[in-house]
Amino acid sequence: MKNFKILLNGIINENPTFVLLLGMCPTLGTTSSAINGMGMGLATLFVLICSNVVISALKNLIPDLVRIPAYIVVIASFVTLLQMIMQAYVPGLYKTLGIFIPLIVVNCIILGRAEAFASKNKPIPSFFDGLGIGLGFTLALTLLGMVREFLGTGKIFDLPVVPENYGMLIFVLAPGAFIALGYLIAIVNKLRKA
Amino acid sequence: MAYILIFITAIFVNNVVLSQFLGICPFLGVSKKVQTALGMSAAVVFVLTLATVVTYLLQKYVLDAFDLGYLQTIAFILVIASLVQLVEIVLKKVSPALYQALGVFLPLITTNCCILGVAILVADGTYNAQGLEPNLLTGVIYAFSTAIGFGLALILFAAIREQLALVNIPKGMQGTSIALIVAGLMAMAFMGFSGVDQGLASLFGL
Repeated sequence: MKNFKILLNGIINENPTFVLLLGMCPTLGTTSSAINGMGMGLATLFVLICSNVVISALKNLIPDLVRIPAYIVVIASFVTLLQMIMQAYVPGLYKTLGIFIPLIVVNCIILGRAEAFASKNKPIPSFFDGLGIGLGFTLALTLLGMVREFLGTGKIFDLPVVPENYGMLIFVLAPGAFIALGYLIAIVNKLRKA
Repeated sequence: MAYILIFITAIFVNNVVLSQFLGICPFLGVSKKVQTALGMSAAVVFVLTLATVVTYLLQKYVLDAFDLGYLQTIAFILVIASLVQLVEIVLKKVSPALYQALGVFLPLITTNCCILGVAILVADGTYNAQGLEPNLLTGVIYAFSTAIGFGLALILFAAIREQLALVNIPKGMQGTSIALIVAGLMAMAFMGFSGVDQGLASLFGL
């Protein structure tokens, strides 16, 4: 029950994109379509769960003074692992996401959760925290990707919804990312206060 | 002339923040005042150029030489983190005035993804070198101009946000929401530069 609460907390109350406003680079850079956003979200989810579990298991072994470099090494190792797995099994997605895969290392969500949660809790709650925050991030990225893809090309997950000539190309390009996310955050703010 | 083209393209046409989405966190985080934006920009120009030189040499003479390419991510982030620490220590000793101005921004820079991003692009040679061979010189020019582009976008954005503080904004839109929309409009304005690089290339006869 407690673990379920931690999970929901990550998805709703502490949603990394809409509430904590962390990890903005991949959020804006990879959401030109729903499927890319989801791929990026799942990649981050993987690293987040692994690093949370390992860091919380090692928390008594890591001296306090060098904890940040130690966390970064753990995170970077999992990112390298992820790069190899993605290169082998989903080369297409790996190529589209490009530079943003190695940049998961400097995603502040992951280091933030290591510092704020994993370093103070046991491995099992840390697993659920990673899962919750990761799912919250994935959902937010998929939602933003869906909005941008729908407004930009009239499709959702590559399935045509409205005829192509209704698309506003600007939403697939850079400015659309900022504007769509700006309005989504405004909507979430409004809903949270209501 | 190609060097000038790299410079102009990286600042205006492919602006690191507004068209490549690198370094968004400091872009949104330290853009409330022009003064802090200036400090952050200077720190990024300094560290990015230095980090690019060091990581390029590391890639060429250590990782490539010993066939350790898969260690790139780990090696680069550790080198950047220690480099930032080193710069902080050296600055404190050599130039306290500069340290006063840049000091608070230096620790923030380690997790600024434009540093690691540009370092990886330069080391892999996947940036736009305008037809020149991707080597240390073009890489450094690219990194330096990218950092200038970051600074330009950050300072302009901070100047707009200072004015925004005086405006009456609907409650739900306050804070990050309106900032993102302003950034979107800036990105749209910067899109006006697209094609300038090709025009200049034909003007320079490249």
